[in-house]
Amino acid sequence: MKQKGTEKVKRGLAQMLKAGVIMDVTTPEQAIIAQEAGAVAVMALERVPADIRKEGGVARMAAIEVVQRIMDAVTIPVMAKARIGHFVEAQVLEALGIDFIDESEVLTPADESYHIDKRPFTVPFVCGARNLGEALRRIAEGAAMIRTKGEAGSGNIVEAIRHLRQVTDDIRRLSVLPEEELVSVARDLGSPVELVREVAQAGRLPVVMFVAGGIATPADAALCMQLGSEGVFVGSGIFKSANPAKTAKAIVEATHYFDDPKIVLEVSKELGAPMAGLEISQIPKEQLLAGRGW
Amino acid sequence: MPATKKSETAKEPSKGRLRVGVLALQGDIEEHIAALRACKVEPVRVKTPEDLKSVDGLIIPGGESTTVANLLERFQLAKPLHDRARTGMPIWGTCMGMIVMADKVVGAKQPTLGLLHIEVKRNAFGRQTESAEEPLEIEGLDGKPFPGVFIRAPWIESAWGGAHILSYVDGKGVMVWQKNLLGTSFHPELTDDTRIHAYFVKMVEAAKG
Repeated sequence: MKQKGTEKVKRGLAQMLKAGVIMDVTTPEQAIIAQEAGAVAVMALERVPADIRKEGGVARMAAIEVVQRIMDAVTIPVMAKARIGHFVEAQVLEALGIDFIDESEVLTPADESYHIDKRPFTVPFVCGARNLGEALRRIAEGAAMIRTKGEAGSGNIVEAIRHLRQVTDDIRRLSVLPEEELVSVARDLGSPVELVREVAQAGRLPVVMFVAGGIATPADAALCMQLGSEGVFVGSGIFKSANPAKTAKAIVEATHYFDDPKIVLEVSKELGAPMAGLEISQIPKEQLLAGRGW
Repeated sequence: MPATKKSETAKEPSKGRLRVGVLALQGDIEEHIAALRACKVEPVRVKTPEDLKSVDGLIIPGGESTTVANLLERFQLAKPLHDRARTGMPIWGTCMGMIVMADKVVGAKQPTLGLLHIEVKRNAFGRQTESAEEPLEIEGLDGKPFPGVFIRAPWIESAWGGAHILSYVDGKGVMVWQKNLLGTSFHPELTDDTRIHAYFVKMVEAAKG
C-alpha cells in the first residue's frame, strides 16, 4: 500500500538535492539555462530578491502562469515561494503540483505571529533560519529542509556566513552538553526538547540545511560548503551577473568541488562582473529581510 | 537476486579490505556511506579518476541526473567508469544513479553511461506530491517485504540483453540486475534496512575474488 507525503519522502527530496545549487529564475528561458548549467532545482519567481528590494511594495506568491510555464520547461524539481503564514498560497501551490514550497521572508509576511503548519501538506517545505532555535521551530512545524537566511538580494555574503556559523556553533555546543542541561537549553532556544535531544545526539539537524542570501560568486559558494553547508541557493547572483550561463555553471562546479582550490580557480576565470553588492549597514532597517519570521 | 559466488581463497571474507566507493559529486552521498559502514566495509568518496582506480565497487547515489551526467563528462569520469564496468567492477545506481547507468532515457537526449540495457522513464510516477513509501517484493530477497522509498522516481520501461527485472510497482520495473550491475528506482539508503547494501557488498566481494 502506497503512502504519499510521509516525513521520509518529504525530507528525502531535500536529501537528493545535497551538494547542489538551487537557482532563482523568472522565465522558462532562465530555467532552461539553470538546468543546463547543472542546477539541482529552480525557484520560480516573478521578481528576484534584488528587484523586490528595488521596487518595494507588497511581494506575494508568483503569478500561477509564471510558475506553470517554468514547471513545463524543465525536468528538475521546481520550487516556489509562499508568504510567511499564508497557508492558502501554499495550498494553491500544492494543488498546482509544485515540488517544494519556500515559506519565505523574501515575500511580505501574511501573518506576524505564526508560520504555516506544514505537517498536513503532501508537498515539502523549506524555511529560513538565523540560528538553531529558529531552525528547530520551523522543523517542529513540519519544514523538511532549512536554509540559513542571509540577506536576500544584497549580493553580500556576510549575513549568510553569520547565520551559517551561528547554526553550526549552536549545534556543536549542544553536542557537548550533559543530558540534564538540555531542557533548560530547549527553553532558551524556544524549541521542543525532543528536537533538541535529537540534535544533541546526532550532532546535526534532522533535515538538510542549505545556505541562502547573498551568494554571488563561485568562491562564495565554496566558502559556504567548506563551512559545512549541504548546498546553496543562489538568488539574484546568477541572472544579475554579466554572464548568467557561465556564472551558473561556475557556481555549480565550485559547489561540487568546493574543497579543490584549483577547480574553484579554474571556474572563476573570465566570468565578467558579478551582481552589484550592497553594504548591509547601508540598507534601511525596515528593508532588511532576515528579521522577518518568528 | 541470484546467489553470489563465494571467495575461494580467503578463509575469512576479506570484507575489511574491500573498498566500496560512493560517487561523491552530488546527492545523498552520506546516507550510502552510513549504510556501507553498517555493512562493515570501508566506504570511499569518489570524485576523481584517481579515486575511481582505488575502489572495488561503486554506488552512484540519488540526486539530479542532468547535474551528475554533466559533471561526469566535464571531470573525465565517464570513460574510466565505463571501462571499469566493462571489466566487471560491480556498480549499483539508486534512482538518479540508475538513470545515469541506463542505455536510454524516454524522451530525453541527456548523455548516459549506457551500461544497463534498460530504457528508463524519469519522474515516471509524477512530481514530488506523488513520491511515496511502498513495501516491495523483490525476487530472491528473503524475509519481510523491502521498504521502498520512491522520490520523483524513475521506472524501467523495458529491459533487454541480460538485464533482468527483480521487482515491480504498478506493473513497472523498479529494480534491475545485469551481471555486475544493479539498479533501483528506490532508495534503500534512506531506510534502516541494509539487505540490499549487504547484497551489493557480496557482489563486490565475489568480483574481487
